[in-house]
Amino acid sequence: MADQEITLMKGNEAIAHAAIRCGCDGYFGYPITPQSEVLETLAEQKPWETTGMVVLQAESEVSSINMVYGGACTGKKVMTSSSSPGVSLMQEGISYMAGAELPALIVNVMRGGPGLGTIQPSQSDYFQACKGGGHGDYHLIVLAPASVQEMADFVDLAFTLAFRYRNPAMILADGAIGQMMEKVVLPPFKPRRTEEEIIKECPWATTGRIGGRKPNIITSLELRSEEMEVINLRIQAKYREIEAKEVRYEEFMLDDAEYAIVAFGSAARIAKKSIEIARAQGIKVGLLRPITLWPFPTNEVKALASRVKGILSLEINAGQMVEDIRLAVEGAVPVRHFGRLGGIIPDPDEVVEVLKSSF
Amino acid sequence: MTREEIIEKGQLVYKKPTLLNDTPMHYCPGCSHGVVHKLVSEVIEEMGMTDKTIAISPVGCAVFAYKYIDVDWQEAAHGRAPALASATKRLWPDRLVFTYQGDGDLACIGTAETIHALNRAENITIIFINNAIYGMTGGQMAPTTLLGMKTATCPYGREVKLHGYPLKITEIAATLDGTCYVTRQAVHTVAAINRAKKAIRKAFEYSMQGKGSNLVEIVSTCNSGWKMSPEKANKWMEENMFEFYHLGDLKDTGADK
Amino acid sequence: MARMKGATVVDTERCKGCNLCVVACPLDVLALTSKEVNRKGYNYAHEVLSDTCTGCASCATVCPDGCITVYRLKTE
Repeated sequence: MADQEITLMKGNEAIAHAAIRCGCDGYFGYPITPQSEVLETLAEQKPWETTGMVVLQAESEVSSINMVYGGACTGKKVMTSSSSPGVSLMQEGISYMAGAELPALIVNVMRGGPGLGTIQPSQSDYFQACKGGGHGDYHLIVLAPASVQEMADFVDLAFTLAFRYRNPAMILADGAIGQMMEKVVLPPFKPRRTEEEIIKECPWATTGRIGGRKPNIITSLELRSEEMEVINLRIQAKYREIEAKEVRYEEFMLDDAEYAIVAFGSAARIAKKSIEIARAQGIKVGLLRPITLWPFPTNEVKALASRVKGILSLEINAGQMVEDIRLAVEGAVPVRHFGRLGGIIPDPDEVVEVLKSSF
Repeated sequence: MTREEIIEKGQLVYKKPTLLNDTPMHYCPGCSHGVVHKLVSEVIEEMGMTDKTIAISPVGCAVFAYKYIDVDWQEAAHGRAPALASATKRLWPDRLVFTYQGDGDLACIGTAETIHALNRAENITIIFINNAIYGMTGGQMAPTTLLGMKTATCPYGREVKLHGYPLKITEIAATLDGTCYVTRQAVHTVAAINRAKKAIRKAFEYSMQGKGSNLVEIVSTCNSGWKMSPEKANKWMEENMFEFYHLGDLKDTGADK
Repeated sequence: MARMKGATVVDTERCKGCNLCVVACPLDVLALTSKEVNRKGYNYAHEVLSDTCTGCASCATVCPDGCITVYRLKTE
């Protein structure tokens, strides 16, 4: 079947193809390295002539995210993509969407910062993605792909989770995953939902008062403190449910491990090679790869701490996820961090040296 | 003939539009917003678009417009209403999509969104309330504040050296190829109100006919912010605002398209 | 001669006493109450001249809060 064909493409291109195939209704974006291929691929594919998907290059990331906000208000499946500085610009809109409880997908193909930084890969937006990012008490559902295949697969997964919980979801990739070419099996085509389906599935959406129903109002504003607290508590209860039900992770060679590396995305790929090298030298080490960064696999990391002598958090940043690991481990075993900065990807051999010197 | 007989046997000549619900509006007594809310409601009703309208409210005095006009509403971030409207109209092309924004929202923080949505020829209408002041936050200087006009942040009057010039964004909009209908109206007299209503109707119709973007500026009063009675504010507007913000159509290419 | 007779009904609880209807009326039919206030504390508009209103609806048109309903009857 043509749908099952293995093709070779960049991670960014896989995002675009997967969006078209999973019935996405609209993409709104602005060029920024290293993710511009998402918009370029969509423009080249012209999905408006096939599935009817809207593709629009906005005047800024601020506008892109507010187009996504407007599109999400209407119950449609909408998304944007950007890279770190652009995602910083989007934070206000993301906060509004979290506050108004809207489903949408934001893809961040991270590059090194701070500021304009570099166009080379980084994982230094972990805090921004997982701890809110914008103003107010909120969370995004954050998925971290470690391959081009997962770039393709997580688009549909992100939309599914976003609509299940009426909450924005983020695919937190990095420049390496976005730019690398790998073989990928694209997901099968799924038609865009019809108007009737959207109105039935999203009775809250601003579709117009079809059938004379009461007006739907999408807002994150409530001036009465008592009411605003109720809204906040409801949103927090939703977050607790997501934490209970949606944690995803991968285990690699942990069965007999005496030490563990915790790493996500590109860093997890480095970790696997480091584990191979270390095991050849007689060091029993395995990997726990969080796939959902929020909700974080807290219980799994905690359980890991009872089985190993030490945990290394391998991140392409100055140490961000390591804080969540330490919170999970609660001091049971030593937790170390290793990372490279400025767009440098750690070398598997240097990771092995860090393992040896850390524990 | 008694008053009661006229009410009983007579013809109804004016009644608040049904679409404008009974929720008391939070606007100050005499505020122009109320009149424009009525006009927007009347036009939507008369076009039979009640069940096909998606409106976008701003941040500013009109943030709660969604409480008063019974259509679907999206409450935008400050200045971003045209971005929400662009996406909404493209995703639901057969809906009537309009934004309702003030001068601070539209002509200051949201200038980029305004200009680009208009110039992309999005088939939307922007209703622009220009009262030359930030009303909601307590009367600060707006991009449209007139030279010499006193506000909370230019208490000695706006002067070029300190604050630059007032912005005629509607004139800018009229130069954009994407705009179809650009007009400046007011709602201080019965005649002006009737003209403003016709302008809103025309803009909404052009939006639905896919003729491009439409901007209806309503030069308005903010009697609280201006610290005047509603009557005096209307007079001040006639004497000062209209001299700088000329009323009338700036552009109408609807018939050519 | 045929003459238009009009009547206004003011939603006095909705009225905020802005006085714009009073100014708009060409025949001085309306005025704000001088002492009585509604539940919000506003003096409200009401008819002070009887048998004068022609039902032109100027008052209702300019009313920002949509407080005024107007009726009209043709009489001989």
